[in-house]
Amino acid sequence: MDLERLKKIGDNVWEIPKSGDMLVNGRIFGSYELVLGMDDKVYEQTSNVACLPGIQKFAAVMPDAHWGYGFPIGGVAAFDPENGGVVSVGGVGFDVNCGVRSLTTNLTVNDVKPKLSTLVDVLFDMVPAGLGSRGEIALAGGKIYDVLTDGAPWIVEQGYGTKEDLTFIEEGGVIAGADPENVSETAIKREKRQVGTLGSGNHYLEVQYVDQIYNQSIAEKFGLSMNQIIISFHCGSRALGHQIGTDYLKILAGASRKYDLPIRERELVCAPIHSPEGEKYFSAVNCATNYAFANRQVIAHLARKGVNKVFPDADVKTLYDVGHNTCKVERHKLNGKTKTLYVHRKGATRAFGKGRDELPESYKGAGQPVLIGGSMGTASYILAGLEKEGGAFASVCHGAGRVMSRTKAKKLWQGEGIVKELGARGIIIKTHSMRGVAEEAPGSYKPIEKVVDVIDATGLAAKVVRVRPLGCIKG
Amino acid sequence: MAASFDYFEHVADIGVIGIGDTLAEAFVGGAQGLFNVMVDIDQVDGTRCIDITCSAFDIQELYIEWLNTLLAKADINGMVFCRFTIDQLTENTLHGHAFGETINAMKHHIKTEVKGATYSMLSIEKVNDKFVVKCVVDV
Repeated sequence: MDLERLKKIGDNVWEIPKSGDMLVNGRIFGSYELVLGMDDKVYEQTSNVACLPGIQKFAAVMPDAHWGYGFPIGGVAAFDPENGGVVSVGGVGFDVNCGVRSLTTNLTVNDVKPKLSTLVDVLFDMVPAGLGSRGEIALAGGKIYDVLTDGAPWIVEQGYGTKEDLTFIEEGGVIAGADPENVSETAIKREKRQVGTLGSGNHYLEVQYVDQIYNQSIAEKFGLSMNQIIISFHCGSRALGHQIGTDYLKILAGASRKYDLPIRERELVCAPIHSPEGEKYFSAVNCATNYAFANRQVIAHLARKGVNKVFPDADVKTLYDVGHNTCKVERHKLNGKTKTLYVHRKGATRAFGKGRDELPESYKGAGQPVLIGGSMGTASYILAGLEKEGGAFASVCHGAGRVMSRTKAKKLWQGEGIVKELGARGIIIKTHSMRGVAEEAPGSYKPIEKVVDVIDATGLAAKVVRVRPLGCIKG
Repeated sequence: MAASFDYFEHVADIGVIGIGDTLAEAFVGGAQGLFNVMVDIDQVDGTRCIDITCSAFDIQELYIEWLNTLLAKADINGMVFCRFTIDQLTENTLHGHAFGETINAMKHHIKTEVKGATYSMLSIEKVNDKFVVKCVVDV
């Protein structure tokens, strides 16, 4: 990105000054090096988001940002429903409530290493992944509607996981205002036994261990210790969510024309929050959000079962579950006043600070666990949310962020080579698609530590622990 | 010339290009390119035919609707497609067929799942007597 066009307003904080139709400034969080490496499309897309009606404070960009569709990936924007605010498909994406769940165990690296290969094989067999994979739950006889309205708690009632899991899912694993009437028949048909499946692309399940602790006191509150085995996975609302995105892209394109909304790019199609189209879209997003919580709950159950197959006495608990493709109604302080806003996070993770009512009791004194997934073979991080004046509506990055196209990655690497190279470093990769592994080669992502350091340095969240992979399952 | 396809660079997702002597052929090329992101379409037998009808506000939205309808139909039927025909194409409506078979991970060399065709970089142009349609698909 051309830094000449930006105003540096602090360490790791840059501004895209308001111009033309922009209603607010753009605000980029990133080091000199990371911002310089961002494509100019991020500048353009952020400026376009800043033109959307009812946007508050600024259009924010996280340090892992890259060119997206509509919003940049790593984009955050909050809209005031009482001030003409909108909901936008481009601000949520196709994979609604795609996110990360991390599970803690009472196992250590030394316990797992001798049986690592067996553990990864068992998890690979138990957790369906890859294009066309099917889960074990058939939601026949209208049960899909229960998932859409009742999310993860309904799944737990069916015997998948524990009530304790629910305490540690954002929103308790279910969000209100989800009316399946607003979900198309095609989306329901596409669901087809996908609850409890990982999908493909950048989705994964990893066996990790804690290799660095940055904040001992918060690590203890999160139940984390050195060399502890963690299971983390990344996935979303599968074809049901994709179809909701697809359906409403078309519906909101019509709404944008109907309400004559000033959108600079077709992908930013939106509707006023207080309009029939906006209300229906938000309701459908809530359905997909619940579906994604349910999906990750089933996978958590399967992963727990898998770990217990190899280690019968292992205690596997949910550390936290948080989405990063979301639109949520949240309270935020703006100019000393608390406002209810519709916060869009497209490739950005919610990072609530200490004391928020939404946090489980045991985390209220620590802040929300923020789960930042690395690229295959690199570290991931667990942070604790901080909220401060000048922050981005309690949001941080969601990963390392791609830096290279999938086509280029496939030209540079072969899946088999990557698997061998990581194997030599003690990391076992199991995959349904070697080409998928090549596309997801660690070198096609930004260095995650540099991204996370910006988040820590700007005080958006504090580093708690770093985890490294021992085994990785790719779709 | 028959329909053909190509790709363009996008940092996170994939840009698909459909090319043809007619607009319908370019739409067909785009569909082939889309399914070739997911599997090797050369390995797919077009033994089963699915009827495709779609409508949209304008020709650009119709192209995206065409690709997204194909993704949905493939998913609902547990299939992958390799061959496409379009027998009616107007500014707002399309009728055609998609040919393929039940997805088979071993036979079809599974690659990456496509979540949806997006309006990003969407364009329909005539370049040197060829119709060229482009868009980014979310993977």
